[in-house]
Amino acid sequence: MSARLVNPVGEHDHVRGASDAKITLVEYGDYECPYCGQAYPIVEQLLATFASDLRLVFRNLPLADVHPHAAAAAEVAEAVGEQGEDKFWAMHDTLYQHQRALGTEALEGYVRDVGADPAAVQVALSSGRASARVEADLEGAIRSGANGTPTFFVNGVRYDESWSYETFEGYLRAVLATPSE
Amino acid sequence: MALAAGTPAPDFTLLATPDQSLSLSEIEGPAVLIFYPADWSPVCGDELTMFEAASKLFAQHRAQLIGISVDGAWSHTAFREQHKIEFPLLADFNPKGAVARAYEVYDEKNGLCERALFVVDRDKQITWSYVSPVGVSPGADGALNAVEALS
Repeated sequence: MSARLVNPVGEHDHVRGASDAKITLVEYGDYECPYCGQAYPIVEQLLATFASDLRLVFRNLPLADVHPHAAAAAEVAEAVGEQGEDKFWAMHDTLYQHQRALGTEALEGYVRDVGADPAAVQVALSSGRASARVEADLEGAIRSGANGTPTFFVNGVRYDESWSYETFEGYLRAVLATPSE
Repeated sequence: MALAAGTPAPDFTLLATPDQSLSLSEIEGPAVLIFYPADWSPVCGDELTMFEAASKLFAQHRAQLIGISVDGAWSHTAFREQHKIEFPLLADFNPKGAVARAYEVYDEKNGLCERALFVVDRDKQITWSYVSPVGVSPGADGALNAVEALS
């Protein structure tokens, strides 16, 4: 039983890379999780290596019981994302680069750093839109069989191997070499 | 082979804390039994944390999550606190592995529970079971689907 992504990648997703890439890598991640922090530069390196063959989709899986700032960080990223995909990804990068400083004031500072409108961010947060999106991501993760943070899906199939760069790169090369159905 | 769907779930009474025990027969609604090898091992932490994250979805069906390993109640207490796990972790500790044996998920060679999941309905029948490779956290999707299929 290899778990499969139940909610397909769509227009609402945050996507980094070419829309016609041969491989779609979906990451369910938590901005406060140290393993996700370790995976962040590895994923960036994979994107650089595979270039137009690989695109990344990021969805939220905040484990709020163990990571007290994770849900707030995810919600702020989604609120910023309402102002454009480039701002979402700038926020995403900032959060993973500052995993140990995710308190309220720090998050407000990052919103300004990425050039988002703080008042609009506040509206997205207080209206519940951002938290609803994060909750929906979380439920999608559970129903897809996410089994920890980070969980990766490669072309819709859960990736259960090590996400060390060498192993992951080798796996993706093998996927590229396999004729598609 | 783990006990399969259609088999009556063997009852058990195990310590949930150093001075409180829990029996399967006390659970009114459905139960999800999560057998795992050991407190403190990285995969088990991931597995139980995912079930904790999914606990709201299980609660919608009044399903009780129950973790079971051969660790003692003191270890479970510390592990639950560290990983912020709200559902009970039971100590299959004395005689060691007796409940895992009854469910046919005891790894005799290593003296640990296998990584196995059972969904038990309110009539105490097993309706779904799954054994995961020991190094792979199974995720909560299979058990959630099985619980949703009950209602």
